[in-house]
Amino acid sequence: MNKTCRIINLQEEYSQLFKENISLLENGAPEQMNVLRAAAFDSFISKGIPSNKVEEYKYTNLQPYFKGTFDVAFSSDGAINNNSEKFHCGVPNLDTYNVFMINGWFAQQDELSTLPKGVIIGSIRDKAKEHPEIFEKYYNTNAPVDSDAMVAMNTAFAQDGAFVYIPKGVVVDKPIQLVNIMTGENDRLIFQRNLVIVEENAQVKMMLCDHTISPQKFVINNLTEVFANENSIFDAYNVQNQHNLTTQVSGMFVHQKKHSNILTNNLTLHSGVTRNNIRVTMDDERCESHVYGLYLSDKNQHVDNFTFIDHAKPNCESFELFKGVMDDSASGAFTGRVLVRPDAQQTNAYQSNNNLLLTENAKINSKPQLEIYADDVKCSHGATVGQLDDEAMFYLRARGINENEGRILLMFAFAYEVIEKIRVEPLKENIRSLVEKRFRGEFDKCDSCVVCGQQGSSVSCL
Amino acid sequence: MLVIKDLHAKIDDKEILRGINLEVKPGEVHAIMGPNGSGKSTLSSVLAGNEKFEVSDGHVTFNDKDLLALAPEDRAREGLFLSFQYPVEIPGVSMVNFMRTAVNEHRKYRDEEPHTASEFLKLMREKKKLVEIDSNLTNRSVNEGFSGGEKKKNEIFQMAMLEPKLAILDETDSGLDIDALRVVANGVNKLKSENTSTIVITHYQRLLDHIVPDFVHVLYKGRIVKSAGKELALELEEKGYDWIKKEFED
Ligand SMILES: Nc1ncnc2c1ncn2[C@@H]1O[C@H](COP(=O)(O)OP(=O)(O)OP(=O)(O)O)[C@@H](O)[C@H]1O
Ligand SMILES: [Mg+2]
Repeated sequence: MNKTCRIINLQEEYSQLFKENISLLENGAPEQMNVLRAAAFDSFISKGIPSNKVEEYKYTNLQPYFKGTFDVAFSSDGAINNNSEKFHCGVPNLDTYNVFMINGWFAQQDELSTLPKGVIIGSIRDKAKEHPEIFEKYYNTNAPVDSDAMVAMNTAFAQDGAFVYIPKGVVVDKPIQLVNIMTGENDRLIFQRNLVIVEENAQVKMMLCDHTISPQKFVINNLTEVFANENSIFDAYNVQNQHNLTTQVSGMFVHQKKHSNILTNNLTLHSGVTRNNIRVTMDDERCESHVYGLYLSDKNQHVDNFTFIDHAKPNCESFELFKGVMDDSASGAFTGRVLVRPDAQQTNAYQSNNNLLLTENAKINSKPQLEIYADDVKCSHGATVGQLDDEAMFYLRARGINENEGRILLMFAFAYEVIEKIRVEPLKENIRSLVEKRFRGEFDKCDSCVVCGQQGSSVSCL
Repeated sequence: MLVIKDLHAKIDDKEILRGINLEVKPGEVHAIMGPNGSGKSTLSSVLAGNEKFEVSDGHVTFNDKDLLALAPEDRAREGLFLSFQYPVEIPGVSMVNFMRTAVNEHRKYRDEEPHTASEFLKLMREKKKLVEIDSNLTNRSVNEGFSGGEKKKNEIFQMAMLEPKLAILDETDSGLDIDALRVVANGVNKLKSENTSTIVITHYQRLLDHIVPDFVHVLYKGRIVKSAGKELALELEEKGYDWIKKEFED
């Protein structure tokens, strides 16, 4: 079922939306999800949609984007209405296990038998009811509902998403791809909530791909909680590919146990307004985390990566690298908060954020934020904002390469470091060629999903 | 081939080239020598089209075309090549990709089809042999982490790939060991023909033992103050520049 809501004053109507539809929200949802809604809602309403007066959202005032007249799905058929398209999605040369969502709701998935035994994948609504002991142990235990209004909003409103459970010792070779298709006849407000649990000695790589295939305005608040238990390895590649009318607030909250090794890479290839909240809690000794991002923005696009690496325990290492290429009047922000708690001795934390501004109108705010309370630590951070290197450009031109081609070579050279961090070879190849196409201006996010080639409607090329 | 008439160039209102005249005919080798800071690299940059320098006066024709009116890439495509005194490192741009792009842009300019992958690799192999360059170098990013000598060899490799009509070698010999100097000089000599010309900028006779100049010019304070045959280089090696400076000041 869809409800249409008209949001003008934010809190007032969001409050009404929640209260009027609480029974629809709860209907068919797992009990633990429903139990947490009321408190999350209170937290959300007391804070409101963040404006730039909220310190952590200083560079991205979300308020205007959350206003408008939106459809909201309160059930699966509301989200998937008369959408009977068959999806084909695959990275060339890459065998993936695919899960499809439409407007945040689970739609279909590949045959599970192609994965190792014991792996659980499916709709979070269904799987939570089948495995309440797992769900209740983890759900919402690593999402900062009290401090972040957008997390609270997601917890209050989300009804579906993906559930992924990798049992002890299981190594999943095939990357799992969560594709979320945004489509509809009206503007739409979307919530999605994913829960990923990687047990001891287990390994999994995931690709998250949210993309728009119709030209309406989409506002999406999605959140993924990840639990990387002892000695596990987890990778998440978040490929963001949306038309200019999209606003995405995307949360990735990772919790690590001893000896675990995690990697997140946010590849924002095309967007409207994107806010990524990435938080890694290293809650045990000898964890390793790699937090990467690449954002390519032009026109009036805006990308804000807000990262928080919490070194809570000793002997952990974190590596953070974000790079951005900003053209036209694009704007962006990077915040790199690194907290080294008092007993987190022998911490190594490295952070850098490098930006290439191609025009005078492009803007970036880069803000490292190191809070170090232990004395035996190695931390470094660096932020750069620069233009294309004139000397390098002249060198290329002196060899007969025209200026435009030279620009493409140099922009690619700048971005490639982040692409090289991808630990899935065929995906790396694919992203490489997409980024090159993007720089050539040949890549049209409307023609297809970057990852899977899913056809979009050309009207959405704005 | 190249005719330079009364060329003046400046940077930040500081005049560095103060009236250069030089003519280079097909098949000729010209050596340009001169004290540090006299303007040798500036002259080569201006000829290659570096927009950092402002040409304030003068005229240059290259095979009857107005060189100064051409964009740097078109000068290269017309057959002008500069071996940089300080080649830049470009991390992230692979040598292969760089050379493929450059060679194909030259081909396009001549209305030729781009090389296929296998044609291109074959060309790379041939030219690598010619300049005895290590395969590992061409598998890396452009000049990234190359030693001083490796960078210079790489310049000559690029020259071999692009087969220019006029090559300007700006201190290509500096930083080369004795073997590398021989290799580079042989490379240059093999690429030479009666239709191509070379301008060698150097401080030392040892390169000129291998690449024998028809003319030697001394550049001082932005002007060519002396021109003679190859014996001038030997004389300079022996006596230094003081006598020329003195002659000039007088
Ligand atoms: N970017 C610049 N800004 C200011 N001055 C410059 C710049 N580039 C060159 N110059 C000046 O121009 C003059 C000529 O420099 P150039 O590099 O042409 O000398 P050169 O003859 O090649 O010297 P060398 O033998 O040391 O290579 C020098 O005084 C130098 O300081
Ligand atoms: Mg010089």
